[in-house]
Amino acid sequence: MLKDITLGQYFPGDTVAHRLDPRTKILLVTLYIVALFSADGLLSYAVMCACLVVSVRLARVPPRAMVRGLRPVLFIIIFTAVLNLFFTPGEQEFFRFGFLAVTDTGIKTAVFMVLRIMLLIMGTFLMTYTTSPISLTDALENLLGGLKRFRVPVHELAMMMSIALRFIPTLIEETDKIMSAQKARGADLENGNLIQRAKAMIPILVPLFVSAFRRADELATAMECRCYHGGEGRTRLHVLRYARRDYNALTIGGVICVLVFVLGRFGL
Amino acid sequence: MESILQIRHLTHTYSIGTPFERDAVKDISFEVGRGEFLGIIGHTGSGKSTLIQHLNGLLRPTEGQVLLDGKDIWADPKQIRDVRFRVGLVFQYPEYQLFEETVYKDIAFGPTNQGKRGAELDRCVRDAARLVGLREDQLDKSPFELSGGQKRRAALAGVLAMEPDVLILDEPTAGLDPAGRENLMENIRAYHREQGKTILLVSHSMDEIARNVDRILVIKSARILMDGTPPEVFSRSEELLSAGLDIPHAARIAAALRQRGVPIPPAVYTVDALEREILRLRKEAASC
Amino acid sequence: MSVMLQAESVRFAYPVSEGREAVPALDGVTVAVERGTFTVVFGHNGSGKSTFAKMCNAVLVPDEGTVSVEGMDTRDDTLLLSIRQRVGMVFQNPDNQIVANVVEEDVAFAPENLGVPTDEIRARVDASLDAVGMREFVTHAPHLLSGGQKQRIAIAGVLAMCPDCIVLDEATAMLDPMGRREVLSTVRRLNREQGITVLLITHHMNEAEDADRVIVMDDGRVVMDGTPKEVFSRVEQLRDTGLTVPETVELLDRLCQDGMPLPLDALSVDECADVIADALSRKG
Repeated sequence: MLKDITLGQYFPGDTVAHRLDPRTKILLVTLYIVALFSADGLLSYAVMCACLVVSVRLARVPPRAMVRGLRPVLFIIIFTAVLNLFFTPGEQEFFRFGFLAVTDTGIKTAVFMVLRIMLLIMGTFLMTYTTSPISLTDALENLLGGLKRFRVPVHELAMMMSIALRFIPTLIEETDKIMSAQKARGADLENGNLIQRAKAMIPILVPLFVSAFRRADELATAMECRCYHGGEGRTRLHVLRYARRDYNALTIGGVICVLVFVLGRFGL
Repeated sequence: MESILQIRHLTHTYSIGTPFERDAVKDISFEVGRGEFLGIIGHTGSGKSTLIQHLNGLLRPTEGQVLLDGKDIWADPKQIRDVRFRVGLVFQYPEYQLFEETVYKDIAFGPTNQGKRGAELDRCVRDAARLVGLREDQLDKSPFELSGGQKRRAALAGVLAMEPDVLILDEPTAGLDPAGRENLMENIRAYHREQGKTILLVSHSMDEIARNVDRILVIKSARILMDGTPPEVFSRSEELLSAGLDIPHAARIAAALRQRGVPIPPAVYTVDALEREILRLRKEAASC
Repeated sequence: MSVMLQAESVRFAYPVSEGREAVPALDGVTVAVERGTFTVVFGHNGSGKSTFAKMCNAVLVPDEGTVSVEGMDTRDDTLLLSIRQRVGMVFQNPDNQIVANVVEEDVAFAPENLGVPTDEIRARVDASLDAVGMREFVTHAPHLLSGGQKQRIAIAGVLAMCPDCIVLDEATAMLDPMGRREVLSTVRRLNREQGITVLLITHHMNEAEDADRVIVMDDGRVVMDGTPKEVFSRVEQLRDTGLTVPETVELLDRLCQDGMPLPLDALSVDECADVIADALSRKG
């Protein structure tokens, strides 16, 4: 079911992970990604795994929800694993079938690549699980504020993003409803070849677009009625402010990032 | 009466194995007679939407069975599309599912999926359009040019064109104005009268239910609270009110009259019946 | 009493594609709404009632005639924000007017736009949520709420502008009976306790029971205007405009025609029962 998609879903809570300033969390995730790409050995990956486990614990996000987040990218993970497993040349060959070969380096790269993708996805998901989308966009608007000088419409982009996030669940629900309604008229969405399946999407996509445009139109009117007139002179309910815990978190994050980078250099 | 649908110990659980796990429908059993006009009431979240989506196989029971003409609809999951043609389901606000270039083509979507072609297809489409009161010249228009009420009719015709044995209507008159509501219900009554097909009507409007159905199913918190004829159900108005449901306005007036010592029988729930009762009482009073 | 809203011979037609004739949606509407009143506007679909609602805070402006809000002409662009701050709108589809992912952020949207200082936004958000009885949902995600609750959030979002008037444009049309009751009792309370002028556009006749005034529109004109009792006792005229009457009036009307002389203006269930019980006992 479409409802199972967890992308961008927020689990309300009141843990340290929830209380951190969203800008801190974006910076931490950036550091985490940098560290992840410099990790290059058992030890550095172990440190990264430990980081994630500790963060998940601190955020009190159910581990099952973390794993469920991986489901949509399962195909990519398997694809990466297979590609690396069979196509990486190495010193020791365990198995060969034509041009396909399983080598020691192949196994190592495959395991690390899969680990890297999984950690990458779970890490970013942890941020969206613990940060409301609106504070995420606030944080982005704030961090990218400097770009306004180069005439980048930062406020408008942030507003668009937050509205998009607001309407994801609504549109998912709507898609579900339209699919059910067309199935009730005998639409066959599961069978047939690629072209037939693409054609079967028309009865879903047309109503969905019509409805999305209607919603956009009504929302624009409703926003104007509530005195929206762009970012100028706008104040905020929540003003972002760094607290002591943010400085602490950033320091710890920075140290770990450097540590992993050094470990990675030595291939550990 | 012979049963067309039998629902046996139906349970549906959403999000099994997550913290959000809950039963939307819990151990529900009932039968629907052939040609019956059954009303289903219950408020949003009571489980009635989940229930009706089991009757045409859009949802698969977690436990229990749905039998159509005595045969389990999930006996052969590959045949489930046939069940959907035989049990037509019209969702709430069905106009949002219109997608074709013309009303005609949109109505033809269901019967085409059924495999109907040529003259037979044309007959199904035109019959369905006539049943919902759409004019011939409206069939060539784009569905998006129609008014709100006409779009609703076109969507309803899209299901009727499959000539289902059972028709399930989820809030067919929601959002229409009083005249639109009454016209559409008149079309639905006429369809039931002429075709003798089984109809399940889900509605929030007690007055609409009171005026149309033979039997009422009241759903509350995933279970059946009441199952009986309108006089049986509406004479238990206290229970309905405490379940957070409405009762027909005429039943409210009747209750208020009883409080004032006017002996109106408990089974009065339409303005017609109430009018008759009051006139009878007046005659009795005059004669003694 | 001072005038909140004033429409003077308003005419308006929606723009149409070339070659078609524009049908007037409003055809000479003159209405004055007094401050602090609760007015219900009825009409079938296409009668012009929603167009009229959209005139009240300059979403639409008249082609001819004028609409003014507390003396401010809605055609004056420089007054737009002051007009919209004073007249809040709640629309039909609850999903399409909620902007944010968290209830408090959504309620804060209007004061943020108006540049209200952060501390005061907080105070207004809390007060507005209290006023609609939704304080406990302050950090909830709106899409998980019921229809009635979403509309109450939308009302709170409007209240946070500290408006003098709220216009509900068929705001109860998509709700179930329970949601409808929630929304109605909320706006009634706001009208009584905070003196907010309410303009309720609807086609549910029972929503007018304790309104101060009922306006009936048909073909872009005001065809009836008076207290609920005055309007509903004109049963025939209401039917002619494609509307129904509340069941209480319907019953009384039928009994009248059956030869029982009863007044038609007993709108509520209790009044209606009183009138009938009284008539029966007098006979006996």
